[in-house]
Amino acid sequence: MAKTVGLLLAGLVACYGLNWFLAEFIEVVYVDYLNLIGIAIVLAVGLNVINGLTGQFSLGHAGFMAIGAFVAGLVSIQLTYGEMSSGPLELAGLGTFLLSLLLAGLAAAVLGVVVGAPALRLKGDYLAIATLGFAEITRILLTAQDSLGGPTGIKRIPKMPLLPGTGAWDGGTSVFWIFLVVFTIVLFSARLQRSTYGRALIAIRENELAAETMGVRAARMKVMAFVYGAFFAGIAGGLYAHYQHSVRPDDFTSIRSIEVVVMLVLGGLGSITGAVLGAVAVTLVPQLLRPLEEQLQVNGLSMVVYALLLILMMIFRPQGIFGQRELSLKLFRRILPGGRK
Amino acid sequence: MVPVASVDFTSQLLQYFANGVAKGSTYALMAVGYTLVYGVLQLINFAHAEVYMLGSHFAYYQAKWGGYLPDEPGAKPESVPILLVGAFIAIAMLACAAVGMLIERVAYRPLRNAGRLAPLITAIGVSLFLQYGGQVVFGTEPKLFPTFVETEVFEIGSVKIPNTNLLIVVTTFVLMLGLTLFVSKTRPGAAMRACSHDMRTAKLMGINVNATISLTFAIGSALAAVAGVLVAMDQPAITPLMGVRIGLKAFVAAVVGGIGSIPGAALGGLVLGVSESVVGGLWDTNYAEAVAFVFLIVVLLLKPSGLLGKATREKV
Repeated sequence: MAKTVGLLLAGLVACYGLNWFLAEFIEVVYVDYLNLIGIAIVLAVGLNVINGLTGQFSLGHAGFMAIGAFVAGLVSIQLTYGEMSSGPLELAGLGTFLLSLLLAGLAAAVLGVVVGAPALRLKGDYLAIATLGFAEITRILLTAQDSLGGPTGIKRIPKMPLLPGTGAWDGGTSVFWIFLVVFTIVLFSARLQRSTYGRALIAIRENELAAETMGVRAARMKVMAFVYGAFFAGIAGGLYAHYQHSVRPDDFTSIRSIEVVVMLVLGGLGSITGAVLGAVAVTLVPQLLRPLEEQLQVNGLSMVVYALLLILMMIFRPQGIFGQRELSLKLFRRILPGGRK
Repeated sequence: MVPVASVDFTSQLLQYFANGVAKGSTYALMAVGYTLVYGVLQLINFAHAEVYMLGSHFAYYQAKWGGYLPDEPGAKPESVPILLVGAFIAIAMLACAAVGMLIERVAYRPLRNAGRLAPLITAIGVSLFLQYGGQVVFGTEPKLFPTFVETEVFEIGSVKIPNTNLLIVVTTFVLMLGLTLFVSKTRPGAAMRACSHDMRTAKLMGINVNATISLTFAIGSALAAVAGVLVAMDQPAITPLMGVRIGLKAFVAAVVGGIGSIPGAALGGLVLGVSESVVGGLWDTNYAEAVAFVFLIVVLLLKPSGLLGKATREKV
């Protein structure tokens, strides 16, 4: 426990340092990529607990993110301006911001129970298509609410609160807040994986019947996995809302859900470091290919190359970059000459 | 689709029903492709929606190069003899069948023994590749697609049925009937059923599994091409991303009807098409979009094998 608190404090300092460094030295454009990567990591590491550890197949992560984004946006707007109106963007207060993220996470977690419970009856592709259905229904219901702006969504979501010494920079404190959440979810997930709960989840993945026989309450654990992933997806949505300042229901189509699954499988399903790497790759590769597209003036070229890379990657390494292993110092020691097996 | 004048409730309902049958027929044509492939490989072939998109584009370019498109936008297009429309569709079917077989050969066959997830991801990859490849080759601008035939509206009582809708329904019915006969009465059809039942044993019995799977993709893709051309004739324009929405709906239709079952795909498609049209007409088009998914979840929870599917131990 003391170690976890210590690590969290260290993470807090590191994220502050990162934000300060970027504000001093780096152009805001690159910071945009970094923040989108951070949000993707939160989504992927959360989904990894559902799909990777527990072996369920959720294809509806965007739905949780959508709920989180709208709840956080509305809470923040209400508490900052008192009503939806036009005008310049303002900063959210620290309390408002944290409360909005917490409520975003909780709302998504409730949806996680709603989706996770019926999911107990379904397996594999059937579960996947049902969760995708839930996410689409969520998105369509959000689109149908005229009070939430209909298809244009909500706008003028306040900025993330400032910290001492990070005032005059367009990037604000986004890097700090987003990567603080990234650090937290990676730490929690790594701890979870090695805890009795994590072992129980893995046992369910490997053989549900055997796990039940050994006293694992499979039904409860499977719903818990959904709640965990949904909670963090909700927070990721909240961060996204505060970062982009406006959210539309169409930001959360099934394409985004599919993208998160691609991140996991690409990195190696069941591996946290794999999920992180997959999130980085899926977010960054199309962006890195963008200059090529502009050079040749062919619209869509970067996505074509990205799709080709994805196909080739799967054909030549179907288990993903890391498989189920983690990237760790131990792995390096094993690979280096003279290392222990 | 036909707008509904202010008439009494029953005839409104009938009109939406008729519109929905046409819409549902296109879902059914697409759903068959998903259901056949899933039945044999247990793979959600995401790229199927893009084959549909290619089908409409193939027909578009035939018409364009044949000189059957209006020279300037807004001009009245020349009407095309119905036999020639048939030829456009037939050529699009052949081309799409080839594309479907190629996709299977290149992207799925190398992964046949690599578990279920890897081929799913390559399917997504192929889908993205064709969507954006389509943008590169065809351009991102929507293309005006001619109706080809002179539009006529038949009236049965108060219900108006345009001849394009009639064409969709009749074509779908004939093709589904043909497919059912093919699968149940011919030797390649029996091979398809055997592969879907138990691929290993089918192989031991001397069935050429690879050829059968190729045939499955060819048939599904050809039907998607028909759907692509028919829908394009009924709608104003086509784009490289046109497959995304109908693809998802058609897959849902296949699951609702019972995946692996051809009559199930037809029923699922019709149920979704009609309920979408009725809900959209009587209530709200936004909610109509959600109908398919509500159906999906209800059916999965009550009868996971689908309306006409057989319950198997793996699925529940």
